[in-house]
Amino acid sequence: MSTANGGHHGLPRLLAGLKPGGRPMSLAAHHRIHGPVPSIAPHQLIEEVERSGLRGRGGADFPTARKLQTVADRKRVGAVVVNGSETEPASAKDRLLLARLPHLVLDGALLAARAVGSSEVIVKVGQNATDAVRAVDDAIMERESERFRMSVLTGPDGYVTGEESAVVHYLNDSTPKPTFIPPRPFERGYRGRPTLIQNPETLAQLALVARFGSRWYRELGTVADPGSALVTITGAVRAPGVYELAFGTPMADLLDAAGGRTEPLQALLVGGYFGTWVDASAAVALRLAREDLRSVGCSLGSGVLIALGESACGLHESARVISYLAEQSAGQCGPCVYGLRSIADSVGALAGGVAGPRERERVLRWAGEIRGRGACHHPDGAVRFVESTLRVFASDIETHRRGRCTARPAGLPLGGSAVEPPGSRVAGPLAGARRGLVR
Amino acid sequence: MSAILRINPIACEAHGLCAELLPELIRLDDWGYPILDEPEVPPDLVGLARRAVDACPTLAVLLDES
Repeated sequence: MSTANGGHHGLPRLLAGLKPGGRPMSLAAHHRIHGPVPSIAPHQLIEEVERSGLRGRGGADFPTARKLQTVADRKRVGAVVVNGSETEPASAKDRLLLARLPHLVLDGALLAARAVGSSEVIVKVGQNATDAVRAVDDAIMERESERFRMSVLTGPDGYVTGEESAVVHYLNDSTPKPTFIPPRPFERGYRGRPTLIQNPETLAQLALVARFGSRWYRELGTVADPGSALVTITGAVRAPGVYELAFGTPMADLLDAAGGRTEPLQALLVGGYFGTWVDASAAVALRLAREDLRSVGCSLGSGVLIALGESACGLHESARVISYLAEQSAGQCGPCVYGLRSIADSVGALAGGVAGPRERERVLRWAGEIRGRGACHHPDGAVRFVESTLRVFASDIETHRRGRCTARPAGLPLGGSAVEPPGSRVAGPLAGARRGLVR
Repeated sequence: MSAILRINPIACEAHGLCAELLPELIRLDDWGYPILDEPEVPPDLVGLARRAVDACPTLAVLLDES
């Protein structure tokens, strides 16, 4: 079933036509599924995006129309950068889009470039995502007739290399580290020019809004959170992978979409490693919506959900993650370098049952002091994770101090290992998750 | 007229002179890096804040006066 201007009702939207284990979608197949990109005046596109309510999907949740307008208002606009770094270890959605549906992302990037007055698109991808690099390269070749300069650039891996100012820094002089801001990228970015940086999913969503309009976009989701989202679901579920779901979908349905739980749920990590642990009873009552998540102090972040089963030890798993986050500091700002390292050591001691009685309070004080004191938000995201760990697994700290922990390792993904590369485990939304308008 | 104090955390090397000169606004964390609890500088402290800016060996203390 289609709307008057060709948009399909229901799900999948972004992942329409995607077959498990297949090759990147060709330009011809892409056009068969979504139709051609309409010609739309820059200001009309920005207005339509504004009406759609689309927000950035890289983690910052910023209204996309406002970001477009901010750059469009500037003179001598530089490049549009597709930030496909996806350095969140458990996240796989951006790689999936770039590796399998590169034309949808390029459509969005070119539309955004026209909207802000840019003539260049740079797709930045982590160097290990070789399938994505190849797919985008091939997709650019298929579009030789475009009047825009398009290129792919690979960068080193590392948690903070995907941060906006780090991406600009890397483009300008090959240093993948955040810079002291201001200036922000929209003021002075790539080659000193105003630069638009967008997440691949945001651009893919924009490409559909441009085609089918904001009313179509709002057919799914809630009034406050319209549309669909790509969510990477992993941990104690039968079919970890990337799923497209409507905003407003209950968490229980999300876990069912990923094949259901492999064991009773202990807690859910919402938003990846800059995210927040929510204990099982609170988690199942949530919907995939900002208002729900905010009520328990979370945000969807980059769209990662990790289910922790009852057999795992949340304290041990979190201690590993915190050590990882401490190692991933760019090493530039003292509070981040020394603060996160000290916190990681202390949480390790809490998990090992060798911490003093006041260690938890000390970690909380450090967490409060470190927040907001880095050039980028790495320490802020890390301490959010730390604080929720100490809250949700508080009773485990006492158990461990008495020398008891019977849990088995759950092996949360760290570094590049993450979820399997797109193709092997990625599936479209299952029947149970096909919700229509949820309000 | 308001003055806002900022620290460039990348430039800061924990020399600690700012906290010596301006303890009213700046304290040090457990590793010697400055914590600014309140970035707005009251008028009577602007002179001291300027001294803290000048004293920093790595030019990491910034005072935005507008």
